[in-house]
Amino acid sequence: MCRQAAEEARVSRSSAGKPPFQEFLEANRATVYRFLSVAVGPQDADDAFQETFLSALRAYPRVREPDKLDRWILAIASRKAIDHHRGAGRRALPTDDPPERPVHDPAPPDPRDPLWAAVRALPPRQRVAVVHRHVLDRPYAEIAELMGCSEQTARANVYQGTKRLRELIA
Amino acid sequence: MNTNDLKRLAPAASSSARSRGAADAFTERAIDEGLVDVAVATMGSPIGELFVAVTSRGLVSVAFEDESRDEVLERIVRQISPRVLEAAAPTDEARRELEQYFHSERRSFDLRIDRRLIGEFAWSVLRATSRVGFGELATYGQIAERIHRPTAARAVGRALGSNPIPIVIPCHRIVGAGGSLTGYAGGLPRKQTLLRLEGSIL
Repeated sequence: MCRQAAEEARVSRSSAGKPPFQEFLEANRATVYRFLSVAVGPQDADDAFQETFLSALRAYPRVREPDKLDRWILAIASRKAIDHHRGAGRRALPTDDPPERPVHDPAPPDPRDPLWAAVRALPPRQRVAVVHRHVLDRPYAEIAELMGCSEQTARANVYQGTKRLRELIA
Repeated sequence: MNTNDLKRLAPAASSSARSRGAADAFTERAIDEGLVDVAVATMGSPIGELFVAVTSRGLVSVAFEDESRDEVLERIVRQISPRVLEAAAPTDEARRELEQYFHSERRSFDLRIDRRLIGEFAWSVLRATSRVGFGELATYGQIAERIHRPTAARAVGRALGSNPIPIVIPCHRIVGAGGSLTGYAGGLPRKQTLLRLEGSIL
């Protein structure tokens, strides 16, 4: 059997039940964007979104478990968000100019909301865990899976992050 | 602070609207980086919405949007790649040639064909079919003879029925023995419209 035929047979096996990427993108884009716009901030959300889905597209033919694609993409987005903060270090505060928005944005978040500064002050893993818990309402077991840690660590990250937020906002 | 306050930083409706623009930008980058294996787009035509799929090898499918789009997508994912994205630019050439055909500005197609959705026997049938020109007709039996399988008219019919690239590979030009317009995967009214456009029937 030639290499190409072997490759096609392999793709065929792992593609069983997998939707075309377009469908996967449509099903998950709003949730991923929502996560990233808090986890990396509204100014960098577009870029992190593109990086997340580009990573997903590269790996897509090899993905197993088509019923868990929604968790898979959030796990990638979580890694991007954590790497983003490591790479960026302490970023300059955003300017008062709100980022460019699509014309029909139904209810844009207010960039001057003091909550942003508090969220930005959290360490990356706490920040990501807090967003999964309090923005997307994910259960701890799932947050642990998304972040590749134990459930106990996920709880601790959410707890510490929330506590810190309360102190910062008080 | 109530933890629910965090939700106001990313309202669901707003995220949905803004992610559309981000998704479009993502698709452009995916094309630039060569990560889109199959680009798909839809276009209007006198025989209804058409769904067009293009790979780096050429045109892989034309489908009647309402009837066979999902079925074709499933085959593309299984047999070619799940990296399928809606993207206009890679399908420009195919859509332009189809539009010219429907405007009677083109009688044959210059598009490259990706035959990965076509089996061996079907390919021999469809290749013979491609030689039936604009305004001409052939019967199932004639195609069977031309591929040196004179008793295989029925199998020829099945191969034509599963043509993944109708219009461009002109299976609509193949008719029954008495010249009757039997069978077309897209439905007989579509076959009639195409043959009328080519002046083959009144």
